[in-house]
Amino acid sequence: MKLNELYQTIILEHYKEPHNVGELLNADIESRGYNESCGDDVRLFVKLDDEKKIDEIRFKGKGCAISQSSTSMMTDAIKGKTIDEALLFVDSFKSMLKGEKQFSDEGDYEELSSLKGVLEFPVRVKCATLSWNTVRNGLLQFKSKENETTKVATTIHDEE
Amino acid sequence: MFNTEKIISDFPILQRKVNGGKRLVYLDSAATSQKPLSVIKAMDDYYRLYNANVHRGVYSLGYEATEAYELSRKKVAKFINAQTENIIFTRNASEAINLVASSWGRANFRSGDEILLTPMEHHSNLIPWQLIAQQTGAKLKFIPLIEPGILDIEQLPQLISEKTKFVSVVHSSNTLGTINPIEKIISHAHAYGAKILIDASQSVPHFSVDVQKLDCDFLVFSGHKMCAPTGIGCLFGKTELLDAMPPYMGGGEMISEVQLEFSSYREIPWKFEAGTPNISAAIGLGVAVDYLSSLGMYNIRQHEIELTNYALSVLQEVDEIEMYGPTENRGGVISFNIGDAHAHDVSTILDEDGICVRAGHNCTQPLVRWLGVPAVARASFYVYNTKEDVDALAASLKKVQEVFSFAAAK
Repeated sequence: MKLNELYQTIILEHYKEPHNVGELLNADIESRGYNESCGDDVRLFVKLDDEKKIDEIRFKGKGCAISQSSTSMMTDAIKGKTIDEALLFVDSFKSMLKGEKQFSDEGDYEELSSLKGVLEFPVRVKCATLSWNTVRNGLLQFKSKENETTKVATTIHDEE
Repeated sequence: MFNTEKIISDFPILQRKVNGGKRLVYLDSAATSQKPLSVIKAMDDYYRLYNANVHRGVYSLGYEATEAYELSRKKVAKFINAQTENIIFTRNASEAINLVASSWGRANFRSGDEILLTPMEHHSNLIPWQLIAQQTGAKLKFIPLIEPGILDIEQLPQLISEKTKFVSVVHSSNTLGTINPIEKIISHAHAYGAKILIDASQSVPHFSVDVQKLDCDFLVFSGHKMCAPTGIGCLFGKTELLDAMPPYMGGGEMISEVQLEFSSYREIPWKFEAGTPNISAAIGLGVAVDYLSSLGMYNIRQHEIELTNYALSVLQEVDEIEMYGPTENRGGVISFNIGDAHAHDVSTILDEDGICVRAGHNCTQPLVRWLGVPAVARASFYVYNTKEDVDALAASLKKVQEVFSFAAAK
């Protein structure tokens, strides 16, 4: 049954008790994503360490079970990665969510593979990708301004 | 009196199955209604039999098309008790409001003038006023909301003054169902010489609206929410106001004499209908008006009151449901949330049972913010809905609880 695959226990657990919720006052990157059609709104805060690896990541926002759990799992998965590693990872997972690449359930993808059910619900793919696009946008903005000292704050209006 | 079985058979789409053979339970008519066969056939006939441009050709096809197009205008005028020349065809209610805000607004608003709105407006009756206020220096004011989602009319004397140049108010809320006391608001506005526009998008399709009795200056609605196709809407305006307003768009059909440097314009309503209009949709709207009239607007309203009251009592029994809006004097619209489930998840789960509801902010972000929730799910009723549809909704909402199993989490 399609619904059971969409709302797997692990997704509902993340929805009820999401990981890495909150704000980071001293974040290097602040990125906000907004989905006009449903009102989903996510704000991501990223703190980098001296080696420019993601030291801490937190999020605030309201949204459906798919968007909240996807965000929660994403924050778990990209912690500890360098900006370039994180960007590659985001692109790779986005390809899976769009059905352009086979879903993997290995390594960092283990929990994330529970989002596979979304593929059966094309209108809900946007919910799952919102925070991924949001973090991607923030990381790219940071990279483009790496030589500057000011922190990055961006907003996207998700269209994917 | 109200034969829903016969009505359902009038709508081809309601015969189809969805999601693996499930009956289609369409509860999103506040977004757009379904279309009866007579409307679909009228549009088909136009393209098959007499497709030609209107107000141009002198050949018989062009004459037939023009006659049919203008007959629709007559039907719509009669439907809301207006004179034919006061009905302007637009794409939809949004375009009609933009027309008034832009044309009347640019000619009349001065810096410091006030435009009075409400926080329960659809975005289409908010953004056009924001735009014209930014351009002219006019200020927006709002009639406050009070529980359970009604306008605080007692505040009107403090809100309307000589500074108030325009009032624009929704007749019936697309999110709360609230039917506003527009008669009172109209008389307050007129007492200070302000003009008033009524957004009747959720009222004209559902009950009898009489523009002469209301004495409103402008009134707008969309065809697609009242059994007509998309791409056709109406602006009603009083003659002296429309006559004095500059054109909104320039082009063919709206002109009288054209020189290279200047032009004169046709009389109303054509002054505001630049370019080839949506002819087939206008013809469809006329037939939709025939269809609704044949059912009787009084009967439609009674049917929806009965269905809404039934739904309010049945849904009340669903665990952890929160419903919004007043219990009395409301249209056939019920917005709700179930426990911690997001409206989008609710909609996906209902869809698996063939039930279509809206989820999100319903193009009323400030209102949903006022409700203090990120989103709402909304069921809305029309002529073809039945108590069985409400029962199906209630049964499917139990699945939402199963999926999210709140009891176990607490």
